[in-house]
Amino acid sequence: MKQLTINEKTYDIDVQGDTPLLWVIRDIVGLTGTKFGCGIAQCGACTVHLDGKPVRSCVLPVSSITEQKITTIEAIGEQASGKKVQQAWLDVEVMQCGYCQSGQIMSAAALIRDNPNPTDADIDVAMAGNICRCGTYTRIRQAIKQAAKEKV
Amino acid sequence: MSQGLINAIQSTQPSSIARRDFLKFSAVLSSTAAGGLLLGIQYVQAGGKSNAAKNAMQRPYLEDQANTILSPNAFIEINAAGNVTLVMAKVEMGQGVYTSIPMLIAEELEVDLKQVSLRHAPPNDKLYGDPMLGAQITGGSTSIRAMWEPMRQAGAICRNLLITAAANQWKVDAADCVATNGQVKHRSSNKSAGYGELALAASKLTVPKEVKLKTPEQFTIIGKPLHRLDTPDKANGLAEFGLDAKIANMHYAVIAVCPVFGGKLMSVDDSRAMASPDVIKVLTIDNAVAVVAKHTWAAKRGLDALTIEWDEGKNNTVSTQDLVNDLKKAAKKKGAVATNEGDFNKAFKQANKTFEASYEQPFLAHATMEPMNCTVHVTKNGCEVWVGTQVPTFAQKTAAAVLGIAPEKVKLHNYLVGGGFGRRLETDNIKIAVSFAKQMTVPIKFVWTREEDIQHDMYRPYYFDTLKAGLNQKGLPVAWSHRIVGSSIMARFAPDSVKNGVDADAVEVAKEPPYTLPNLYVDYVRQEPRGLPTAFWRGVGATRGTFVVESFIDELAHLARQDPLQYRLALLDKTPRLKNVVQLVAEKASWSNAKQSAKGKGISAMFAFGSYLGTVVDVSINAEHEVKVNKVVCVVDCGIVVNPDTVKAQIEGGIVFGLTAVLHDEITIKNGRVEQNNYNDYRMMRINETPVIEVHIVQSAEAPGGIGEPGTAAVGAALTNAIFAATGQRIRKLPVGNQLKKG
Repeated sequence: MKQLTINEKTYDIDVQGDTPLLWVIRDIVGLTGTKFGCGIAQCGACTVHLDGKPVRSCVLPVSSITEQKITTIEAIGEQASGKKVQQAWLDVEVMQCGYCQSGQIMSAAALIRDNPNPTDADIDVAMAGNICRCGTYTRIRQAIKQAAKEKV
Repeated sequence: MSQGLINAIQSTQPSSIARRDFLKFSAVLSSTAAGGLLLGIQYVQAGGKSNAAKNAMQRPYLEDQANTILSPNAFIEINAAGNVTLVMAKVEMGQGVYTSIPMLIAEELEVDLKQVSLRHAPPNDKLYGDPMLGAQITGGSTSIRAMWEPMRQAGAICRNLLITAAANQWKVDAADCVATNGQVKHRSSNKSAGYGELALAASKLTVPKEVKLKTPEQFTIIGKPLHRLDTPDKANGLAEFGLDAKIANMHYAVIAVCPVFGGKLMSVDDSRAMASPDVIKVLTIDNAVAVVAKHTWAAKRGLDALTIEWDEGKNNTVSTQDLVNDLKKAAKKKGAVATNEGDFNKAFKQANKTFEASYEQPFLAHATMEPMNCTVHVTKNGCEVWVGTQVPTFAQKTAAAVLGIAPEKVKLHNYLVGGGFGRRLETDNIKIAVSFAKQMTVPIKFVWTREEDIQHDMYRPYYFDTLKAGLNQKGLPVAWSHRIVGSSIMARFAPDSVKNGVDADAVEVAKEPPYTLPNLYVDYVRQEPRGLPTAFWRGVGATRGTFVVESFIDELAHLARQDPLQYRLALLDKTPRLKNVVQLVAEKASWSNAKQSAKGKGISAMFAFGSYLGTVVDVSINAEHEVKVNKVVCVVDCGIVVNPDTVKAQIEGGIVFGLTAVLHDEITIKNGRVEQNNYNDYRMMRINETPVIEVHIVQSAEAPGGIGEPGTAAVGAALTNAIFAATGQRIRKLPVGNQLKKG
């Protein structure tokens, strides 16, 4: 039995330690906003925050998590940077199919929280790990710049 | 999707909308006169229909409830509270139909989009069939083209009933009443009543046969860049895709299909898997194994613990090269004639100069971000299926066929689609999932790993095209022949559509190039890739055809020592809307300065899906001989635009989709197996490589054209033409990959 804190709620989880956090969040806790895309940390669809840092939950064994707090897309809007990013995503109409966008938003929220004035190069570094098959990248860039400018 | 494909599906889906009804639809589509067509086939009796809750679109369609009191057709339901629910006959897979179709209905129904709820349509070809495709299919960039008139009619009929109900109630002239913002108002007396108050009375009226639709000057919704209705829940994680289906007491399964196409399962030792924690059962079918467990990872761990022996069958030595050799051999045969105008042979012999080139385009996977999946519960009385599909009725029939039951016994819950691109026009995942699930009594969610998804896709075919042209003294073409060799998707998807051996999809664009080409000969040789399944892929025949035709015309321009833009313009008089967008894109992309400022500009012209695109790509090549795409400018004339922001978004995304494939991707075969595994070796364009993309829309009052696929189809040749302009190296075989390094 293991305790995980996800979106400020505590869950007792009974799985093998090698189980990636992604499947605990999706199949056991039942929060399906975090997506499965590749299983090898190549696409970023499964991005969640671990103590505020973006991580690929598809390759993160639950055994490696100790006290850290986990935040998923369902709760990122409760943080200023997450709220700004979500609003900018809607204002710019970034989303198409939307499947990858939970991960995109989680990566972007971490970026603008730590870097209130990201350059194109900063955006490339922070976002290159997130694939969008619909090809919404130009709008992702635009929305990040817009979100970064917004005052809380 | 070509008109040929459209006709094809109509004629080969006899169990869908009856022929007579197609004709009704077709007649209405081709005329502007309003008719009562919807009522002929889509009348649903008032009363007793469902009242979908807000946010119903996140869920599969709801059970019937008793609150709807007005539902004059299958698309609109209004309850006593005035809540308006629109039933979505099309599937939302990112292309924006869950906004553009509500816009069409709301324009005539006179409701604010903020007032409506959406609901996925249940499978029903008769009620929800696409008038162009003849069945409930979302594909071929047809949604707006096919639904443009019927959806406005649906709204207008309902508005008409509400106005009549109000006029009767107030004993006033209906002509003095107006519908606006969910209410009917009487102009003279200023009386008003909400739609909810009028719904019951309206439901008792005879549905009108004739309704007048607004003219474009009267539009208040159509043509506005409105915000999408499906995106708020995609920003907060609440939107549900098929993989997110939550069913009580559900188990999870991961599958392995024989890695060699056509191979079978010989034996499986599941002793280690069964000892693996949380594994419940190991299931087999003739060519695959599934491990069922308490969660997806436990199933995956169990699968990895299996020892499987496959009977690989006869394809286990096949390589890509074998398949390409098959195509090249077939290219020597005479094909089924698609076009034969004038006398190619004579004109070719007499030409001042001749030229020949062959082009190769690889197998491609769809690689949708949402991997293939399907949740199934087989019960004594039937079956429930939870899946995101572009073809709800085919999905239902597929499950029914596996179980040997009537399609009505299969309850299909459709979901938002996490990327379609043609992949979810196929129901192979449903067939596999139901075949396994029928061995158990609980609901099971079957998940394809990314590797399984890529290695068991149904692939865009490998095509081998050969073109010959003869030029006159001015360098203009006087003879043009084009032979296409490749798999026939239509022969499987809609076999009756293949007339005299010609697959209309395979010869799309090639059959009828937009240029003035006297003495034109086009034929098609079918050659299937030994067991590898093939399927439609974004842009379908137009993606294949445009790359080839636009590469070859570019080659001819250079052969004639003419500017590729001017050369095209000289041949485009017969397609004036295309000529216009090509001229405009040249201006927007500063083409005339190309020689001085940027050597790496390439252009393409395309008419497909009822839309006209001019595209200019600007590239540079770095010291490592890698291509950097700097900018793409696209001018699109797609007729009347419903939501301009969606048109832009679809072109932008379509361009990235096209560039991704042309630059990087191919599925290759070795020992009968797909060699690619995941996004590490089936590469996607990422944000750091994405160019600046500029989209300009031509104002037009012409009938709407499709927009989901054209960007993908148009961009490929513009890119390789730009590479030629930059390097002098002609890319005739895709992907570009590292060919420049070798060169």
